[in-house]
Order: sequence, then structure tokens, then C-alpha cells
Amino acid sequence: MPENKYDVFLRGLAFPAVLVLAWILVGQFGLIDPRLLVPVQRVIAVPFFDPDGRTIWLSLVTSLVRMVAGFLIGGGLGILIGFVIGTSSLANRLIGPSFTAVRQITVFAWIPLLTAWFGNSDGAKLVFIALSAFFPAALNTQQGLRDVPIALIETSHVMRLSWRTHLFRLLLPSALPSIAIGIEIALISAWIGTVGAEYAMGFGRGIGIFLAEGREQFRMDIVLIGVVTLALVGYGMNIVLRCGLRRLVPWQRQNS
Amino acid sequence: MRAEALLDTRSSLDIQAVSKSYRVDGKPREILRDIRFTVEPGELVSVIGASGCGKSTLLRLIIGLDTDYEGDILLDGRSIDGPTADRGIVFQEPRLFPWLSVEQNIALGLDSSGASPAEVKRIVTEHIEIVRLNGFARAYPHQLSGGMAQRAAIARALVSRPKILLLDEPLGALDSQTRAYMQDELLEIWRREKITIVMVTHDIEEAVYLSDKIVVMEPEPGRVCGIVSIDAPHPRRRGTSKFSALKDRVLSVLVRTQSAASAGLVRSHPAAQGGIARRYG
Ligand SMILES: Nc1ncnc2c1ncn2[C@@H]1O[C@H](COP(=O)(O)OP(=O)(O)O)[C@@H](O)[C@H]1O
Ligand SMILES: [Mg+2]
Repeated sequence: MPENKYDVFLRGLAFPAVLVLAWILVGQFGLIDPRLLVPVQRVIAVPFFDPDGRTIWLSLVTSLVRMVAGFLIGGGLGILIGFVIGTSSLANRLIGPSFTAVRQITVFAWIPLLTAWFGNSDGAKLVFIALSAFFPAALNTQQGLRDVPIALIETSHVMRLSWRTHLFRLLLPSALPSIAIGIEIALISAWIGTVGAEYAMGFGRGIGIFLAEGREQFRMDIVLIGVVTLALVGYGMNIVLRCGLRRLVPWQRQNS
Repeated sequence: MRAEALLDTRSSLDIQAVSKSYRVDGKPREILRDIRFTVEPGELVSVIGASGCGKSTLLRLIIGLDTDYEGDILLDGRSIDGPTADRGIVFQEPRLFPWLSVEQNIALGLDSSGASPAEVKRIVTEHIEIVRLNGFARAYPHQLSGGMAQRAAIARALVSRPKILLLDEPLGALDSQTRAYMQDELLEIWRREKITIVMVTHDIEEAVYLSDKIVVMEPEPGRVCGIVSIDAPHPRRRGTSKFSALKDRVLSVLVRTQSAASAGLVRSHPAAQGGIARRYG
């Protein structure tokens, strides 16, 4: 019996619903100090009626713009570099080792360095987000190109395909599933990087800064709505990615 | 004058004392030893031998994918140096691009030809008919049977009208009916295009049916153990006693090496097995 998509969705909703219900009950009966666990209705009201809470909208937009900008720069460069070291053995020998070494550094370790170079400015945040997106994009692109079947590369050689045909009819389609995964991870990394950079560096606007300020002022309602917003953005990105990437590699659908 | 123009469209192939080793675990392993034979312009030559005796490796050398060997391979008197557009190959596996439809795959064969899109369309359609894939032009490789995929690969190699065509067990995956049809179609193309063909096969009957000359190889390391010329005119009739006599001649060269029999080459031919039993039983 095939599972109804709607049923699956409802079943997935069951657990969060129970949690929210427990939250409401806890608030109703005053079981936990309301300063630690704010009642649901107050959290929901924050973005609309609270003067401090209302800044969440602008913060969210700022963060999203920042993320998209960093993702485009870092992801774009990543695909480019990954393409170069994935197709040219010379480039792989020249850049490959440094690339592998630098990749070992946890992205968050870059924060002190970047703030030293760029201050707590928007520039530092942007560079950090771009870095977060760069490595997964580069790595998966390189991987995808290295895994192009040798049998097909030979076939391309014996048919004397032009470099354009070789690129657009063999290398790119073959590497596309891997590149798509790279883009997916890069986007998620960019989002994590955005919130992380904002939270760690502060200064200016953004959902990470919104969260940090809520915590400093001990405003649990602000912190909670911030966290919920992060979850919703992540969820939304997943949906967008799944639809977009599926369209990108249609010939894979039948195989799986 | 005319004969010269005709000869110009064909290619001759000269395999001179070719040896080839692969490095396996750091040690060289001899795959081909002192292979010599010639293919005259316009000839259809079959290479037959047990699996593993280096037939595919030999074709890789001829097409120019592997230049690491000893000896000389001369195409029209010139040493080969990498793949060129006037040599075509059908590999043992179809090697279609999974993300391209049948017609797009076949059109790849014309990529280096400079043909206009309209020409490409016409030539591709024509060849889809020749290999009997009508109705599958828009299909993707995963929607084809093994035999259909191989026919698409044959079409892809044919569209560029190579002067010399290398075929690596091209009909092995086909059912017997389609196989017989493709054999005749291959003969037709060979005659019409006046191309030189080198075909690897494991089927003695197929070799006798198609070839001017059969190069018989034995394994470990791959060597030529005999060359049988077939002088019968086309079309050849399979059931005749003359045909059987030719098959027996090829077989007698093959079974001179015991390894051929143990490799299962002979077992798949019940009629042939009778021949061996008569001789050795
Ligand atoms: N790249 C390779 N490296 C090492 N050994 C190989 C390689 N390719 C083929 N061989 C070996 O060479 C021998 C001949 O292979 P092949 O030419 O495919 O034989 P055939 O086509 O006659 O069945 C086999 O024993 C195979 O294992
Ligand atoms: Mg083979």
C-alpha cells in the first residue's frame, strides 16, 4: 500500500504538536518559572507587539540577504576552483594539497582571524559566510569531476568531441549530482555561517544578533522566537533545495 | 584514376610485432606477444580467441587509446598517434551517455564532422533506421535493452563514416534473430561504404559468415596462432557443407591450443563440439 504524502506529513507533525501541547500546559499551570520557559502565546506575540521583538523582521531579511550574498560568492568560487582542480591534474598538484590542508581548519576557527583583518564589519561576516559555502561546493565539484567514468571519457576521446561538447555533454552532466549535493551543503553551511558569524561578531543587524541580544537581556521570549525562526528558515531551504535539485538531475529519478 | 579514388576511402592496417604488458602489482604482465597481421584496404577481418586473450586490448592499441606498447601499428603506412576521426570503434560495452537520448548519443558521433544541424538530424534518423531503433530516438539508455543499447552504439560509430571501423564483440548481446539481421546489415554497410573492418567476436560462425580473414588468437600471453582466409563469395549460406568445412578449419586452429577448449569457446557450439569429438575423442 503506497503511503499517502499527506499522512506522512501529519505523522511527522505529531511529535512537535505533543511538545507544543506540553509547553502550553506547563505555562498554564505555572510548573516552570515563566522567565525560563515563556508561555507560548507570549512568544507568538513577540514579533508583532513587542518593540524589541518587532526588529526580528528586519533582522531576518538582513540575515537572508547576507546568506544569499555569501553563498553566491563562496559557492560560485567553490564550484570554479573545484572545477579547475577536478579537471586539470596540474592544478590539482599545485593547489590540491593546500586546499586539503586549509579544509581541515574548522570554519569557526576563522572568526578571530577574520575579525582581526576586517573588524566586526559586514565584510568580515560576508567573508566568513563565503568561506563556509566555499569548501563544500569546491569539494563536491572536484569529487564529481574525478568520478566521471573513464569509459565515457575514452569514448569522448575516440569520437574527438570538441572541448565544448566534452564539457557540456559529458563532464558537467556526469558531475551534476555531486555538484548539486555541494550546492545543497553550501547553502546550509552558508546559513549556519550567517547565524554563527552574527552571533559571534555582533555589530549591526541580523537574526544571530537578535538572538544574542535577547540572551543578554534575558528575554527568553525573544530567544525562543529566534530559534523557531531559524528552524523555519532551515525547513524552507530544504523544501526549496529538494524541488530545485530534483529538476537539475532528472535522469536520476528513474534509477533510484 | 577511378580505382585510386576508390582506394582512397579505404584504410589498410599493419600490425607489426606488437607486444603489450600491463603492470599488475608492480610487476609487468605480458598481455600480447608479437602480434602480426595485416588488414588490406576494404577487408573485413575477424579476431577470434578465448576471453582474456587480449582482443579488447589490441583494439585499444589500434584506436589509439593506449600508446604504451612495443612494435608498430601502421595505418595506411603511418604510425598511429592517438584517436583520429577516420577511425571508429564500438566498445564491448555500449558506453552511451546516460543523460542523453538515443538520438543525442548518436549525434555525438558527428560532433567533430562540422555537419549542420539539419544534416545531423537527417544522418542520425537514417542510422536509427539502419540499426532498427525506430521509435526509440527519444528514449534514454536506461530504457533500452542491452542489445538495443549496443545497436545505438553501432549507429554512433557509423554516422561519422570512418575509413576503418573496429568492433569489439558488437553483436554479442543480441538475440539470434536481431543478430542475423545485424550481420547482414553490417555486410551491407561494409560493402556500401567500402570501409575496412576489424571485428572481435567469440562466435566462429559469425566470423566465417562475415570475414575475408580470421585471425585466431590463443591466451597467456595473447598470441596469433593462425590466420584463416575465407574465400567464399557473399552472401554465404550457413547450412552448406562448404560453410561447415570452413568452420571446422577455424576450429582446428583454435583447438590446437588446449586452453581455448577449456576457456569455453568451443562448448557453446554443439556442432563444433561434435567435430572435436571426432578428431580427439
Ligand atoms: N588496465 C589493465 N590492467 C591490467 N590488466 C589488464 C588491464 N586491462 C586488461 N587487463 C588484462 O589483460 C587481459 C586481456 O584482456 P582483454 O583485452 O579485455 O581480453 P579479451 O578482450 O580478449 O577478453 C586480461 O587478462 C585482463 O585481465
Ligand atoms: Mg574483450
